[in-house]
Amino acid sequence: MARYDRAITVFSPDGHLFQVEYALEAVRKGNAVVGVRGSDNVVLGVEKKSTPKLQDSRSVRKIVNLDDHIALACAGLKADARVLVNKARIECQSHKLTVEDPASVEYITRYIAGLQQKYTQSGGVRPFGLSTLIIGFDPYSGVPALYQTDPSGTFSAWKANATGRNSNSIREFLEKNYKETSGQETVKLAIRALLEVVESGGKNIEVAVMTREHGLRQLEEAEIDAIVAEIEAEKAAAEAAKKAPSKET
Amino acid sequence: MECVFGLVGKEFALVVADTSAVHSILVHKSNEDKIMILDSHKLMGASGEAGDRAQFTEYVQKNVALYQFRNGIPLTTKATANYTRGELATALRKNPYQVNVILAGYDQETGPSLYYIDYIATFHKVDKAAFGYGSYFALSMMDRHYRPDMTVEEAVDLVDQCLAEIRSRLVVAPPNFVIKIVDKDGAREYAWRQTVKDAPVPAV
Repeated sequence: MARYDRAITVFSPDGHLFQVEYALEAVRKGNAVVGVRGSDNVVLGVEKKSTPKLQDSRSVRKIVNLDDHIALACAGLKADARVLVNKARIECQSHKLTVEDPASVEYITRYIAGLQQKYTQSGGVRPFGLSTLIIGFDPYSGVPALYQTDPSGTFSAWKANATGRNSNSIREFLEKNYKETSGQETVKLAIRALLEVVESGGKNIEVAVMTREHGLRQLEEAEIDAIVAEIEAEKAAAEAAKKAPSKET
Repeated sequence: MECVFGLVGKEFALVVADTSAVHSILVHKSNEDKIMILDSHKLMGASGEAGDRAQFTEYVQKNVALYQFRNGIPLTTKATANYTRGELATALRKNPYQVNVILAGYDQETGPSLYYIDYIATFHKVDKAAFGYGSYFALSMMDRHYRPDMTVEEAVDLVDQCLAEIRSRLVVAPPNFVIKIVDKDGAREYAWRQTVKDAPVPAV
């Protein structure tokens, strides 16, 4: 049998790059990540594996800053992410050093996607097992943005999107429920979307909100718990409302 | 000619720099800011070749920012000073930056501090420092009147005395100066001391 999945630069006869597809599989096994773009903020939410009793939970960070106005979260191989994030952070500073202006969200997305593409076409390397969601504000116009990249090196802009484990069902949820929101409503939509596939509770969720004025802010566990409780209450109320008229008829 | 100096007071440090961009015998502008705000609590006053100065201070600023993103905590003033010295020392045996630096910063644990670093990578932690022709007057004035427990007002008075001396005794005294301060509330511009204004550009 011919092995078309050894050297990544080799196509299989039916036009596949197997290593890239395996990388996509690694992404599908990774933790769920949600991004929602509001009118005045952008929200990233990630699923968090519960930390062992003796581990310092602060040592694992899944939503990271690339620059003051850009943040990233990703699904897939966390070890690969460190390399990618490091390169992106250097590029952010390097961009500022060469042209004075801070990098735009699109620029840094294109840079990351370009890097990921390079690792599907050069010898002796393997692709990044990563799909990233990048959020941020345009440094001058102040327009919020949400981008996604994947291991093949394609990137796209979104109003709301998800990647990682069960991303399809989250995306379906977002497609059904997305409205142009602002402030706390955006945060709520992101958490509601995550709760579709994650055990409820602030323990298993990490959320960060970026606003133009204050940059990235990681929500405290208590804050997330409060929003989760609010959502549960709303759900229960909706459920009750659905049941009540059915009893009458 | 160029003139950058600084001092540490009670719970703050300040840096003063002339603001003349000079080439040969010509003054190109007299509102050139030579004190870079490195991050929230650091000031870098620099003198030397104009291009090197701009390039080097920006390079250090970007690396300090990169460190903060990578590690989640800012570099201390001491660490920044040592990093700066290291960069100048490596450059010295390749293609040297012609830049002299006065680095002032404020840290939560250690309070205000001031570092003297010149283009041949000399490194001193000091209470008062000066570069350029103005240093002859600034240093002697500070030697006479400096106290480690000076308030901001007292220190700025001393700065004004230094500037008065420079303006009256130095042939090539620059006309304008900027004073910047760093304390627990951060690094910021404090005041300008201007004797000439750049001619206004007529509105088109």
